[in-house]
Amino acid sequence: MNHSAYGIPISWFLTVGALLFCIGLFGMMVRRSAIGMLISIELMLNAANLNLVAFGSYLRQPTIAGQVFAIFVITLAAAEAAIGLAIIINIYRLELHIEADKITSMKL
Amino acid sequence: MVARELFVRCRIRNQISYSVMTEYAWLIPLLPALAFGLTLLFGRRGPGKGAYIAIGAICASLVMACALAVEWFIAGGSQANRGLYTVSVPWMPVGTGAIHTGFSIDALSVVMLLVVTVVASLVQIYSIGYMHGDPRYPRYFAYHSLFASAMLALVIANNMLLMFISWELVGLTSYLLIGFWFERPSAMRAAKKAFLVTRVGDVGFLAGMILLYIKTGSFDLFGKEGVFENLTRLDVIGPFGLPLVAIAGLLLFCGAVGKSAQFPLHVWLPDAMEGPTPVSALIHAATMVAAGVYLVARMYPVYLADASGTALQAVAYVGAFTALFAATIGLAQNDIKRILAYSTISQLGYMMASLGVFGYVAAVFHLMTHAFFKANLFLGAGSVIHGTGTQDIREMGGLRRHMPWTYWTFLISTLSLCGVPFVTAGGWSKEEILAVAWHTNRVVFAAGVFGALLTTCYMFRLVYRVFHGQPRNTQIHAHESPRVMLVPLVVLGFLAISAGYVGTPWANVFEHNLLPVLGETYLWVLEHRLEGMGHGFNAVVFAMALGAVAVGIALASLIWLKPVLNIQKLQPYFGWLARLVANKYYIDEIYQATVIRALMAACWIAFKFDYWVIDYAIVNGVGYLTRLASQLYGWFDRTVVDGLVNLIGWTTKALGNALRYLQTGVAQHYVFLTVVALVIISLAVLVGHYREEAWIPIAGFYR
Repeated sequence: MNHSAYGIPISWFLTVGALLFCIGLFGMMVRRSAIGMLISIELMLNAANLNLVAFGSYLRQPTIAGQVFAIFVITLAAAEAAIGLAIIINIYRLELHIEADKITSMKL
Repeated sequence: MVARELFVRCRIRNQISYSVMTEYAWLIPLLPALAFGLTLLFGRRGPGKGAYIAIGAICASLVMACALAVEWFIAGGSQANRGLYTVSVPWMPVGTGAIHTGFSIDALSVVMLLVVTVVASLVQIYSIGYMHGDPRYPRYFAYHSLFASAMLALVIANNMLLMFISWELVGLTSYLLIGFWFERPSAMRAAKKAFLVTRVGDVGFLAGMILLYIKTGSFDLFGKEGVFENLTRLDVIGPFGLPLVAIAGLLLFCGAVGKSAQFPLHVWLPDAMEGPTPVSALIHAATMVAAGVYLVARMYPVYLADASGTALQAVAYVGAFTALFAATIGLAQNDIKRILAYSTISQLGYMMASLGVFGYVAAVFHLMTHAFFKANLFLGAGSVIHGTGTQDIREMGGLRRHMPWTYWTFLISTLSLCGVPFVTAGGWSKEEILAVAWHTNRVVFAAGVFGALLTTCYMFRLVYRVFHGQPRNTQIHAHESPRVMLVPLVVLGFLAISAGYVGTPWANVFEHNLLPVLGETYLWVLEHRLEGMGHGFNAVVFAMALGAVAVGIALASLIWLKPVLNIQKLQPYFGWLARLVANKYYIDEIYQATVIRALMAACWIAFKFDYWVIDYAIVNGVGYLTRLASQLYGWFDRTVVDGLVNLIGWTTKALGNALRYLQTGVAQHYVFLTVVALVIISLAVLVGHYREEAWIPIAGFYR
């Protein structure tokens, strides 16, 4: 169960995924640039994609469901990036910078 | 046709086919009821200001009653008796059964129907003249129609409940008509007095009716399930050692005492003379006051079923005492209508006494003849009052020349009232009463003869004072009444003579038809009681009655016509007696001092109790306590309940104030908090997993 046909245990994939996710999360928290935050989000999404694909192929009866799911997530990420960039452009037009810790207008 | 099948026909004896008239006898009381509504609503615009509607209805009833009388008395005169015709319809469901209502026609009903319709129609015709120009003229005729309707319903009712309802309705119309001129305080008071005093008796009627219903399970009088067939169920010994049937009889007699103005409850009738005189003639002389006699006669099986005879003895002695008692008061009155009122009380006493001594037929016979001659006397008195404008006989005199028609009819009815044998109706009926009393109860007989003597005295005193001698008040210019008033006088005067010939001792059609009304069982009881009484002419009784009348006329003539005997000389010796009688034995004063004062005192006590205990202590006390409790509760509500609510609000606000510093508006701070929370939750899940404590549910699921 733990080993696929390639002989690599699933924990390796999960570890890589967890590392990627943590890097993304860290970047999300510490990057001041909004662009950087978007990139971090992409990292986290792709960490999740890795996990999905891994789980999909390590099932007792491997399916392509995990890969399909990953493709959906990529599509979603594209949409998210488009919307995120659009928001960032608007913020830039408004405030002439995109430094996330200074954008506090959500606070009343 | 369907509706017709609902009718429950019961006990039609002898399989006689009855005429359409009998089957539709319920129309007789219904027509005046319709007239009542019409006259009340459209009277002022109706023909004759409503009078003709009322008179038309009562005359239609009269025609139907006459047809019934022909069928029941003349057509069936010599054949077997016509028995009883009764129809019942379900009225209201009670428990598992139902109370029925309906009407019954027998000889007694027919007699009463005839008497009521004859007198009522004549009195209404007379009223056209007497009440001419009265501001409430249509209403007067409406009340008359209502009275006729209720009275006719009373006499054809075949169940006690309908009888009671009609009984109360005639009491109501009596009240309305006594108080017809309610602008006069005396009329208003008299109406109230009449209503209240008769109510006292009605309580007895109601109680007796309920007793009969409880024991026999029926309000119906006739039929297998009816009261009369089941009287044996009342043979239980009740209070005072009396059988229940005697108590039922005595209670019913209480109602009769109130309505027929017998001794303890007679006080309302003289005061009732405050009403218009035709009303006095119809209601307070001829018909309604006779309803008490009718009640006892109708419920006679109850009295006959009482083997102890207590109830009938009470009836006899109360009647005989009233007959004498009222006659003595009549001697000393000066109001023409009051003299006649006391005469009515006295004659009703005769009827009651007659019922009490098993003179069932004689009583009903006297009821009939009395209705005619007393109505005539009252209408005559009304004519006199109409002609002179006064009611005080001390101001009248010599009216014979001015009012010949009134005089002659009045004289005829006076002779009839006195009971002059052979020529007058009253003679036949009164002698029949005396003949029965002679056989069964000599005390009642003596009272009857002495009463006849007194009756003759006061009636001839009245006649002499009013019509003979010289006018005492020259201010009064008497005139004869209009023809519309004289015609009823003449008709009634004719009846005051001729009505007696249906019940002569030799050919007693009346008795022959009336006795079967009792039914076979009770007829046998009655005949057993009267055993040994010779049928036909009783010479001794007739001689004594004639003697009483002759002595009475002689005495009255010697005192009041030709003052040979000067009663003023008796003043020193019997002055107290005269005062006693003139003041009606102070009965009213005694009631005032005892019953009314006691009632007033009781009312005062009840008022004070109500004011201080109920209102002040209980109601106000409860109110005060409620207010106090409300204040306490309000304080609790404001401090504790509201305090808790405020505490929650305040806590929330404080927490919010504290937590709002977390809302920096920097997205990364939020992410950081999310991650910290995620880490804490993950740790908790992991710890829970490894310590096998499922304090977070997901741990178990995760495993």
